[in-house]
Amino acid sequence: MEIERHQYDVVVIGAGGAGLRAAIEARQQGKKTAIVCKSLFGKAHTVMAEGGAAAAMGNVNPGDSWKVHFRDTMRGGKFLNNWRMAELHAQEAPDRVWELEAWGALFDRTKDGKISQRNFGGHEYPRLAHVGDRTGLEMIRTLQQRVVALQQEDFAVHGDYEAYIKVFAECTITRLLKDGDAIAGAFGYRRETGQLLAFDTPAVVLATGGIGKSYVVTSNSWEYTGDGHALALLAGAKLINMEFIQFHPTGMVWPPSVRGILVTESVRGDGGVLRNAEGKRFMFDYIPEVFKHQYATTEEEGDRWYTDQANNRRPPELLPRDEVARAINSEVKAGRGSPQGGVFLDVSTRLPAEEIRRRLPSMHHQFKELADVDITAEPMQVGPTCHYIMGGVEVEADTGAASVPGLFAAGEVSGGMHGSNRLGGNSLSDLLVFGRRAGAGAAGYIDSLDRRPTASAESVAEAKAEALAPLQRAGENPYEVHHELQRTMNELVGIIRKADEITEALEAVQKLKERAAGVGAAGSRIYNPGWHLSLDLRNMLLVSECVARAALTRQESRGGHTRDDYPAMSPAWRRKLLVCGASPDGSAVTVEEKAQPSMRGDLISLFERTELSKYLTEEELTEYDKAVEESR
Amino acid sequence: MTYKAKFRVWRGEGGEGKLEDFTVEVNEGEVVLDIIHRLQATQAPDLAVRWNCKAGKCGSCSVEINGRPRLGCMTRMSTFTEDEVITVTPMRTFPVIKDLVCDVSYNYEKAREIPSFTPPADVKPGEYRMKQIDVERSQEFRKCIECFMCNNVCHVIRDHEENKPAFAGPRFLMRIAELDMHPYDVADRQDSAQDDHGLGYCNITKCCTEVCPEHIKITDNALIPMKERVVDRRYDPLVWLGNKIFKRSDSKTT
Repeated sequence: MEIERHQYDVVVIGAGGAGLRAAIEARQQGKKTAIVCKSLFGKAHTVMAEGGAAAAMGNVNPGDSWKVHFRDTMRGGKFLNNWRMAELHAQEAPDRVWELEAWGALFDRTKDGKISQRNFGGHEYPRLAHVGDRTGLEMIRTLQQRVVALQQEDFAVHGDYEAYIKVFAECTITRLLKDGDAIAGAFGYRRETGQLLAFDTPAVVLATGGIGKSYVVTSNSWEYTGDGHALALLAGAKLINMEFIQFHPTGMVWPPSVRGILVTESVRGDGGVLRNAEGKRFMFDYIPEVFKHQYATTEEEGDRWYTDQANNRRPPELLPRDEVARAINSEVKAGRGSPQGGVFLDVSTRLPAEEIRRRLPSMHHQFKELADVDITAEPMQVGPTCHYIMGGVEVEADTGAASVPGLFAAGEVSGGMHGSNRLGGNSLSDLLVFGRRAGAGAAGYIDSLDRRPTASAESVAEAKAEALAPLQRAGENPYEVHHELQRTMNELVGIIRKADEITEALEAVQKLKERAAGVGAAGSRIYNPGWHLSLDLRNMLLVSECVARAALTRQESRGGHTRDDYPAMSPAWRRKLLVCGASPDGSAVTVEEKAQPSMRGDLISLFERTELSKYLTEEELTEYDKAVEESR
Repeated sequence: MTYKAKFRVWRGEGGEGKLEDFTVEVNEGEVVLDIIHRLQATQAPDLAVRWNCKAGKCGSCSVEINGRPRLGCMTRMSTFTEDEVITVTPMRTFPVIKDLVCDVSYNYEKAREIPSFTPPADVKPGEYRMKQIDVERSQEFRKCIECFMCNNVCHVIRDHEENKPAFAGPRFLMRIAELDMHPYDVADRQDSAQDDHGLGYCNITKCCTEVCPEHIKITDNALIPMKERVVDRRYDPLVWLGNKIFKRSDSKTT
C-alpha cells in the first residue's frame, strides 16, 4: 500500500488545549501547520476539565497578582517546579484567558461584568476563570472555533480552507522520523481507513496529554496512552519527574463501570465538605506541618472563610490534591470509609439545591444519570483516581524545545511546570501559556534552519513494518495485556508505594513487554480498535517502566510520589531531578539524577525564610540570605 | 446482579453490513458502552465504536439504541429488562465507516460555513464587560458537546440526502443563534441564517430538543427565537408595505 505523504512546516500532535493553542500560534506566525489527533476534532481530553483556568486577573480579589500565583504554584509543587515555567505561567495566564474571550469564549461573570473567578485548592485567592463546571469544554470549543476562524481567513485569501492549517482527525502517530539528530517528520496511520501516512516536517509539537490508561482507576479517557512521552523517548529526548502522578482525591467510586470518573474540585471550592463514615470532617486531622499556618483548624473558622476570606483561614478540604488524596486513602484503610469504599463528599447540606444545580450542573447531571444519586439531597461517595502526570518531556521553559532539535512539547506531556504536584486550575492555563510558547518556539526554530531535514526512506520503511506487525500476527489478545498492565500499575505503583512492590511491578512490566511484542489483531485495517490498542501498548509499557523506575529511585515522599518506606520529604532530594531516557527500540530505560537549578534571587525572595526552611537545604538557605541581602 | 444480555449490533463496512447477535455479561451499574467494550475485549476485538470520556462530556459515542439516538456512555443497562434484546446501530443520517462508527464530516463542513465570532474592532482583550444575565442565553448553547444527535434525528436530513447542502442542521443553526445573542457579536446573522443555512427548513417538531443529552432547549431557545428575528426583519407588515409603496430596489426584503 502507498504511504500518503504531506509536507508541513509544523506538525502538532494532539488537539487538546495545548495542541490547538500551539497550532494557532504557528499558523498566526505564517507557518503551514497540521494538527494530528486521535479523536474527532473537539473531543480531546481537555473537554473533561471542569473547574477552571487559574489566572491572577484579580477580578474577585484585587490582592491577587502573578507573584502570589507563582508562590502558590511552587508551594503546590513542593518547590520541585521548574521555577522559570512557574514564573512565565503566572505572568502570562491572564493574557491567555482574555484572549479566549476575544475569540468568543463566554466565561461566568462578576457583578461588574468581568470574568468571574472561583476558589480552588492551594490558590490563595479566587483565581479560576470558569463556566459552571464545564470550563474545559468552553476552552476546547473556543480554540476549535478559533482554528475555524483562521481557516475562514485563509479561504477568503487562497480559496482553500486548509491552505495553512489542516486537522488530521482520527490519525495516530506511531514514530517520529529524524535526519541525523534533528526531527524530519512523523509517521502514523488513519484510524478510519488504516491508511498509512507520513509527514515531512522540520518541527513537531507534542501535545498528547497524559498516561492514565496505564491505570485501572483513572479519570482519563482511552487516548491517554502516553503516546507523546513514548514518541519523545524513542526519538532520543528525555523525560523528567515521571515518578510524580497526581491522584485526584475525588473520583466516583460507584457504580464499578464509572469508577474513577472525575468529581470536580469545585464541589469543595464552592463549599462541599469531606466526611468519613463517622460523620467527621476528617481533613482537620491531616493538615501537614508545612501548611499549618494557612489552613483553618476549626470547622467554624473554615466555614466563615467562604464569606470572609480576609479574616479567616481556608478549610483543609482545600489543601493541595496530593494531601487530600492521601487523607482519603488513609481514612478508607483505617476502616472509616463509606459503604462503597470511598468517603462522603457532601454539598447538599451546604448550599441550596437551586444553587448547586446552577454552580455544578454537570456534576448534578453525572451523578443523577450514572449513579442515581441526587447531589442536592444526599452526599456523593468519592475516592482517589489517577488523574494527571506531572512528569513529561524535559523542555526549555521559554520555547518548549526538547533536547532533540525540532521537537517541542506543551501541556501534560511536558514536565517541570508543576513540580511534584499540580494545583487544580493550573492545567488549563498551562495549556494556553505553553501551547502558545511551543507554537512560537517551533516557528522560530524553522526560521533559523538553513535547510529542511529529510527522513530516510529506510526509517519510513521501519516505521511501516512496526505499524503493520500486529495485523500480521495471530497472537495474544491485546486487551488481556492491557488489563494486566493496568492492574499492575494500580496495585504496585499507585498512590502509596514501596520498594519491593515497585520492583515486582518492574518485573511484571518486563514480562508484559515480551507479551506485547506478540499480540495480534484480527480483522481488517479499517477502524480496528484491536490493532490500535496493540500499537498503543508499546507506549503504555514504556511510560509505565519510566514511572516505576523513577519511583523506585526517589527515596522520599513528595507531592504525587508517596513512599511508605521513605515517608518524609527530604531537602536533599528536592535538589535532584530524575531524568529518564531510552534506546530507539524502547529497551534499556535509564534513570539519571540531575541537579535542580537554583531559583533566581528575585523569585526566591518572594518567600519567607521560615517557609523555605521546611523545603531547602542549609546551603540553599545561605544562598537565600545572600539574595535577600542583595535585593535590599 | 450479573446476567447475560442479548445484544444485536450492526456490523459491517464499505456500505454493507448486518445485525449480529451476541450474548454478553452485564454487571450492576453498567452502561451500554461498557457492554460494547466487553464485546470488543472478549468476542469481537475489531468491533468499531467511537468513545472518549465515558462521562457524557465529549459527545463521541452517539449511536442508536433500540432506534433512539443515545450516548452509549449515558445509557444505563438498568433502563432495560433483563430479557430485552438491545439493538445498537450507527447514526442513520451519516454514512457508516464501519460498525457503529459514522463519517460525521458533514457537521465539520457546516461548522466551517458559519462566519466566526465577530467582535467590534476597537475592543481589546481584557476590556470585555458583560453581565451574567446577558451571557446566559448563549452559554446554554455552548453547553453543546457536539454529539451530532440533533442533526442525526432531524427529519430535514435524516432521510433526505438532497437537503444536506442547503441545511446546517439544528446544531449549527443553534450556533448562529448563539453568536446572534452574544453581547459583543456585530455580524449580521439573520439573513444568512435563512438564505445560506436553511433555517426555513426547520418546522419546529422539536426532535432535536428531545434527543439532546445536555437538555439544551434547541427549538424553544435557539431556533424559534432565531426564526422570530428573521420574521421581524423580513415580514414586518409596515416594512413590507413601505417596500411596496416606495419600491426600494436596494431592500433585501422580498
